[in-house]
Amino acid sequence: MDVVLAAASTPDFPAVLVAVVLTPLVGAVVLAVLPRRSSMLQPVAALFMLAAAALVAWVVVDYTAGAGGFAYLIDQSWVSRIGFSWKLGVDGISLFMLALTALLFPLATLAASPSRDRKSYFVWLLILEFGCLGVFLALDLLLFFLFFEVVLVPMYFLIGQWGHGNARRSAVKFFLFTMFGSALMLVGVLATAFLHSAAAGVPLTFDLVTIAESQVISASAARWAFLAFALGFAVKVPLAGLHTWLPDAHTDAPTAGSVILAGVLLKLGTYGFVRFGLYLFPEASRFFAPLMLTFGVVGIVYGAAVAAMQRDLKRLIAYSSVAHLGFIVLGIFALNVEGLSGGLLQMVNHGITTGALFLLVGWLYERRHTREISELGGLARPAPIMAAVFLLVTLASVGLPGLNGFVGEFLVLLGAFSSHRWWAVAATVGVILAAVYLLWAFGRVFWGRATGENAKLPDLSWRERLVVAPLLALILFLGIYPRPVLDRMEPSVEHLVQHLEEHAPSGADSARPSVGQASP
Amino acid sequence: MALAELIWVVPLAPLVGVAALTLFGRRLGEPRSGQLATAAVGISFAASLVVLGGLLSLDGHERSVVVKLFSWVPIGDFSADLGFLVDPLSVTMILFITGVSALIHVYSIAYMHGDENYPRFFLYLNLFVFSMLLLVLGDNLLVTFLGWEGVGACSYLLISFWYGEEANAVAGKKAFITNRVGDFGFLLAMFFAFGAYGTLSYAGILEGHAANSTATAILLCLMLGAAGKSAQFPLYVWLPDAMAGPTPVSALIHAATMVTSGVYLLVRFSPLLEESSPWLGDVITGVALATAALAATIALAASDIKKVLAYSTISQLGFMFAAVGAGAYTAAIFHMVTHAFFKALLFLAAGSVIHGMGGQQDIRRYGGLARLMPVTTLTFGVGWLAIAGVPPFSGFWSKDEILAGAWGYNKVIWALLLLAALLTALYMSRLMFLTFFGERRWNADEADPHESPRLMTIPLIALAALAATAGVLNLPFSHGVEFLGRWLEPSLGHHSAEPGFGGGTKWVLAAAAIVAAAAGLLAAWAIYLRGRVPPEKIERRVFARAWGYDDAVSNFVGGPGKGLFSALARFDASVVDGAVKQVAALPRRAGGLLRRVQNGLVRRYALALAAGAVALMIYFLVRAGL
Repeated sequence: MDVVLAAASTPDFPAVLVAVVLTPLVGAVVLAVLPRRSSMLQPVAALFMLAAAALVAWVVVDYTAGAGGFAYLIDQSWVSRIGFSWKLGVDGISLFMLALTALLFPLATLAASPSRDRKSYFVWLLILEFGCLGVFLALDLLLFFLFFEVVLVPMYFLIGQWGHGNARRSAVKFFLFTMFGSALMLVGVLATAFLHSAAAGVPLTFDLVTIAESQVISASAARWAFLAFALGFAVKVPLAGLHTWLPDAHTDAPTAGSVILAGVLLKLGTYGFVRFGLYLFPEASRFFAPLMLTFGVVGIVYGAAVAAMQRDLKRLIAYSSVAHLGFIVLGIFALNVEGLSGGLLQMVNHGITTGALFLLVGWLYERRHTREISELGGLARPAPIMAAVFLLVTLASVGLPGLNGFVGEFLVLLGAFSSHRWWAVAATVGVILAAVYLLWAFGRVFWGRATGENAKLPDLSWRERLVVAPLLALILFLGIYPRPVLDRMEPSVEHLVQHLEEHAPSGADSARPSVGQASP
Repeated sequence: MALAELIWVVPLAPLVGVAALTLFGRRLGEPRSGQLATAAVGISFAASLVVLGGLLSLDGHERSVVVKLFSWVPIGDFSADLGFLVDPLSVTMILFITGVSALIHVYSIAYMHGDENYPRFFLYLNLFVFSMLLLVLGDNLLVTFLGWEGVGACSYLLISFWYGEEANAVAGKKAFITNRVGDFGFLLAMFFAFGAYGTLSYAGILEGHAANSTATAILLCLMLGAAGKSAQFPLYVWLPDAMAGPTPVSALIHAATMVTSGVYLLVRFSPLLEESSPWLGDVITGVALATAALAATIALAASDIKKVLAYSTISQLGFMFAAVGAGAYTAAIFHMVTHAFFKALLFLAAGSVIHGMGGQQDIRRYGGLARLMPVTTLTFGVGWLAIAGVPPFSGFWSKDEILAGAWGYNKVIWALLLLAALLTALYMSRLMFLTFFGERRWNADEADPHESPRLMTIPLIALAALAATAGVLNLPFSHGVEFLGRWLEPSLGHHSAEPGFGGGTKWVLAAAAIVAAAAGLLAAWAIYLRGRVPPEKIERRVFARAWGYDDAVSNFVGGPGKGLFSALARFDASVVDGAVKQVAALPRRAGGLLRRVQNGLVRRYALALAAGAVALMIYFLVRAGL
């Protein structure tokens, strides 16, 4: 069954995904044997991350979209008695999550170095990357769950040990929230596997493709299982209401931690919804879509409104994530090609722009030792390059056409509009609100008259410019020419939408209005 | 190869300017960065002329060429190209955009002399021209939206160009956010259009078929977007504040080009307008009339020279929208072009006055400048006569055509527009007389009025020549001399309204327009030069305070609007997060679990989890023999 879905072409380097996942782990081991005070810690950590990035870059270029199935499949039985296997693969949906992870980790690592216990810091970062890459590649429910949990630990330590402010408290809050979600997800994983095995009359298996393609689980049971998964993902995203760990964790985390939290970790939730919500439980996904869309819209409006009232720059950006992730959820649960592609694209875009914003705020904090917006002002005069970079990223985050944020946001709204018109109209209001708080923050921090310490702020160093440069290049490139990404995504997304139509045909409520063929 | 296919050169030239100024702007410095930017726009204008030639060599019905560069957003059923539509309408737009821009660039070389961010100014200016060209050239709504937002961003950056002043920074933000309200409409229009036609290309939409109600919904949403960008009621509030930007910016963006985008957009959709519900025309003319009259009264009492011109722009845009609503599309474009000439001229001449008066913008502190600034006075005078509607200056012809269109649509609308035209003549004459004539109301020690340098006066003279003569583009005497009308016909389809009345009525209407202009002029003469009536009689306080509308908007946003947001923020901190804290505190009360958690339980669990994962991994590695 897997073979059918595998990409037709046999890759030249079948074990590449194993190499991708293990490179950071090997890096962690290498770092562990280096002396505690070695000056090589940061370069070595970055080197392993760059090696992983190079491998991923090869995969992105080599990947042929084909029929939309999984490529570079590795399927190695692990604990055969319970049908648990080490199964990795990549398709158009996970490809760019992989790329985003491989890109942000080396940048976050090079962006800043902690003042104490640097060795553990970089080891944790490498383990964190290992976990994140694993989540996006795992095609076995149990393996996915394990990677999902692996991610928690290093993040907890990174926030707690190297954070600012109330770091310990924020770390515990982060951990308890996500553990709570994971616990239910484990129940969901086990229940799904057992229900499938019983209904299909086959031995126990955790294989994602097998379970998803068979669709033998009864509708009511599938809905419960969906909810169990959904709760785990909802905490991670986070959906409005479950979000209160996010501003604390983002604000108190060290710069690299914030970049990875916002850039990668939040996407574990939205990616989970696509891969383990829509694909595993198409009928339940459609059933709960209005609810999820409502959560998305509430997140967009609520996140923006609360962000507008923040006095701490980093906290403001953290709340902006709640709004942006709301857009992504909206796109996913539009359950059509436009919305889903937009949501996936927006996951990448949000990682790039918010990652860049957290880098910039981190560098600002290193210089001024404050993030209070009222303490800052007029910084464009002493630091024009930092201001220009911040402005470009802000405009991308606002969704200005020509920059990366627009295409994703537009497709999300377009998709949502054709399946659930009024949700999309409400969400479009969020487009106005995003401009309110982000431009307010930019204006207060960089414009006006600079006095005191603000007037002497050093501009971005060459190293900082080099770290942020790839993100700026992507902001422009993806805004003007998103095609390489869209083309690789499309077959997989279409495959998923067909899967949804096949097992849960769109009813009258979600039928799109009569749409002719697009102009060629 | 058809010359029209060279269209890509037109936006490319300023884009190259943007790239060069981004990379080398600081090194080029003053004045070379300004010269480079000017050359880029000059090339763009030359290329536009070539394209015009190419289009003229084609037969009328062939004058619509689509040039596709690449596929921008292709996914699923949706597809939008980065492509250009070259037709009489878009070529008319690019000609006056690049032409006026080039003159304003030349002027800016001198005007911005000595500014510490001189290269950055020209970078933004070139970026603006590039975006504006995308807006009018796009062959689909998405490319137009790309330009639409691009000009908005440039407007934001240029209004706040002197960001050291808090007020300038705030004005830029206000412009951006108010425009976003309009963008909400633009986005919805695109969603509706894609749903109904399956495409966003103009050709696809205008040739496609959809229910009357859908067409109406699309146009209503577009009207919201147009009201934002073109400063119509109720979204005009940002434009007067936008005067915080340098004066060449006010001339280029906030008078001649960007603010006319809304009119362009609706004219582009004129075939659809004809198919939509008839009440839509009433909505558009209603908004337009309210804007034209309201802004004219405010201009009557404003005392800042740039604010007078800003309200005048709002009012003149109202005239153009009224033409669109009445179905007189050619008249709307005609007035857009003549307005671009005379309003850019008025702003640049005002900049020359401000320059000469050492930064003073209050017309109550001007007076008797005619002798000291002869070129400025003369050119401003041409602009004044043109906007006031005095024949044979350009504004008379285009305004007359709008009035004729309004007469054919609805006599009440015609009457109200005529009143607005009278007010226009009145407030512009007031501005003219108070600035250049009468007694000097300034001290010699605070200002030393002088004529501006050659680089500033040459563009003034060129624009004055255009503002005086542009009426010949479309003379009403016979079909043969209605050049613009015949030229635009392929773009507008056969819908553009032919007034359903004879030549006799035309003469009567023209006479009425002349009488209105003369009445306004004479009234101003009596009040401001002869002192027959005290100015307070017409400069009502309610006008000066913009009828309280601006304040009402600010008070709402700053009061209940902000209150709602901060209530939500408090709700988030106390209720949502508070509930979480309460849940977390339950076990502590029960048995101190949380304390144990904080004392390291989480840490131990986390480490165990990590160790377990690593152990499993090693097990796997061994098994897999890797």
